[in-house]
Amino acid sequence: MNVQARATARPNMSLAMRAWNIRRKALLMGEVQGQGYIGQALGVADLLATSYFHAMDYRAEDPEWEGRDRFYLSIGHYAIALYAALMEAGIIPENELETYGMDDSRMPMSGMASYTPGMEITGGSLGHGLGIAVGAALGLKRKDNPAFIYNLMSDGELGEGSTWEAVMSAVQWKLDNLICLVDFNNQQADGPSRDALAVGAQAPKWEAFGWHAQEVDGNDLDALVAAFDAARNLTDPRPRVIIANTTMCKGVPFLEAREITHFVRVEADEWAKALAVLEEGKPQ
Amino acid sequence: MTLASMARKYEPRNVPETKVVTSAMIASLAAEGYETVAAPFGHALVEQARKNDRIVGLSADLSKYTDLHIFAQAMPERFYQMGMAEQLLMSAAAGLAREGFIPFATTYAVFASRRAYDFIAMAIAEENLPVKIVCALPGLTTGYGPSHQATEDLAIFRGLPNMVLIDPCDAADVAGMVPAMIAHDGPVYARLLRGKVPDVLRRHKPDYKFELGRAQMIREGRDVLVISSGIMTMRALDAVERLAADNVDVAVLHVPTIKPLDKTTILAEAAKGGRLVVTAENHTECGGLGEAVARELMLAGVHVPFRMIALPDEFLEAGALPTLHDMYGLSVDRVAAQIKSWL
Repeated sequence: MNVQARATARPNMSLAMRAWNIRRKALLMGEVQGQGYIGQALGVADLLATSYFHAMDYRAEDPEWEGRDRFYLSIGHYAIALYAALMEAGIIPENELETYGMDDSRMPMSGMASYTPGMEITGGSLGHGLGIAVGAALGLKRKDNPAFIYNLMSDGELGEGSTWEAVMSAVQWKLDNLICLVDFNNQQADGPSRDALAVGAQAPKWEAFGWHAQEVDGNDLDALVAAFDAARNLTDPRPRVIIANTTMCKGVPFLEAREITHFVRVEADEWAKALAVLEEGKPQ
Repeated sequence: MTLASMARKYEPRNVPETKVVTSAMIASLAAEGYETVAAPFGHALVEQARKNDRIVGLSADLSKYTDLHIFAQAMPERFYQMGMAEQLLMSAAAGLAREGFIPFATTYAVFASRRAYDFIAMAIAEENLPVKIVCALPGLTTGYGPSHQATEDLAIFRGLPNMVLIDPCDAADVAGMVPAMIAHDGPVYARLLRGKVPDVLRRHKPDYKFELGRAQMIREGRDVLVISSGIMTMRALDAVERLAADNVDVAVLHVPTIKPLDKTTILAEAAKGGRLVVTAENHTECGGLGEAVARELMLAGVHVPFRMIALPDEFLEAGALPTLHDMYGLSVDRVAAQIKSWL
């Protein structure tokens, strides 16, 4: 893995290093609170690294720059992961890391637009992001703004009817500026997503609705870069989805091996252990 | 097994001598003699949109039934047909607002308040975005039954922070609320009267103009103070004439903005004393204007005789609208009779 990142700060850092830094910051935040959706954060780190350090245009010093690509976090409980990415991108100062989840912090446990620079929407009530993204994509087109809207959602949100209303609408309006990212870790609150409503192959479903769909290993940076490039460079007037199959707790093998649940319990002494294990896997 | 609540469907009916035709048209609510204005919302919105290119319109397959088709025809490139998808309607409106536009999203009041509530709450109200939700068939204005009768919409939205609530009486209110909604930089839920809308308030008060957040005395009176919103102000004004024949002098305070409530005017009028205070609303007795006024009176220590005219806490029947208005106490006859019975 030697894909180069395109961010302004430290431009020569590899995407693997970016993803590693995101994982590390997420673990440090988890340690602060003694909890957090760390399984999801570790799983989605590669997707976030590819978004923020390969695909997206933004200005760290001006998070509301009109020309920026918009990143919508539909899954509010993944906030810990996005904060790590936003810190890595220089949008949130790193010295606020230890305020995570505390009173008056700019980084509450669930992502909200009014709290955090770089947090575009208030997620958390699931199935909202893609619909808002449809409206924002229409708005960008009205303004002839060539930016993309990225909407990061989870496989659990595939069960929300509102997701499919938005799926149909994005095709109706030919939203070629909309890229939906589905973090498919097959884990929702009560158990495996495939035992709930996410049964069956996802890419053919989205394709049948008229989307350009790709299904990739969401922890393979080369595969992610190729998928993002294909999604961005497509000339078809179609919305694009990348279904990223990810592994919960990726990068910390003893947590990966644990019986996976939606909310991975990490004992007080295990945060340091997890950080140490991560350190062993630090990219060269 | 037949549930007790279903038993009536097995009772055969006879064809009545007089046939009453069901109508969903708001014009049928107007008493004789009122002028009407065609589609005041649609025309007011077009007028504003010509001056303000941030305004866009969206509907969930009900543009014709919310008068938004007037806007869609005048400015097709600024109209978004979102299909029969109310959750998307509200979410997409939020997305457009986020990108700097002022979206007017229309549907029926039942669908906005019941089906799309979470999307209005989280995508629009929590972020205080300037989305204007304009909804037809408020309260009991259709004989279609509970699926279309939004009898609790204001109760639902009163609990929502940031949301401004408007319950217009007539064409003057409907046309006047449009620029006021645009001027307010935040979310608004407005009940809509559509089609041929009666022009009521200006007949009683020629210089009447809608003002957001302001209650206005339409008529002074010594014996009773009616505090009303929406079409119930029209009903109250019509009932006043009948009560005058019985030497009952009724004042009418029109409160088209339900939230924020004009406490100052309401309290000042109620505190004058010597009058029975009656609230009148086209809404369930739970959580609407009546309870909001009662709260303010209690908190301010204004202790006056108080009664409410409102829909009962029930799922209402289907049928012809005039019959239903009589049945549930919203007709002019019933308003007059109720007030008289309380004196």
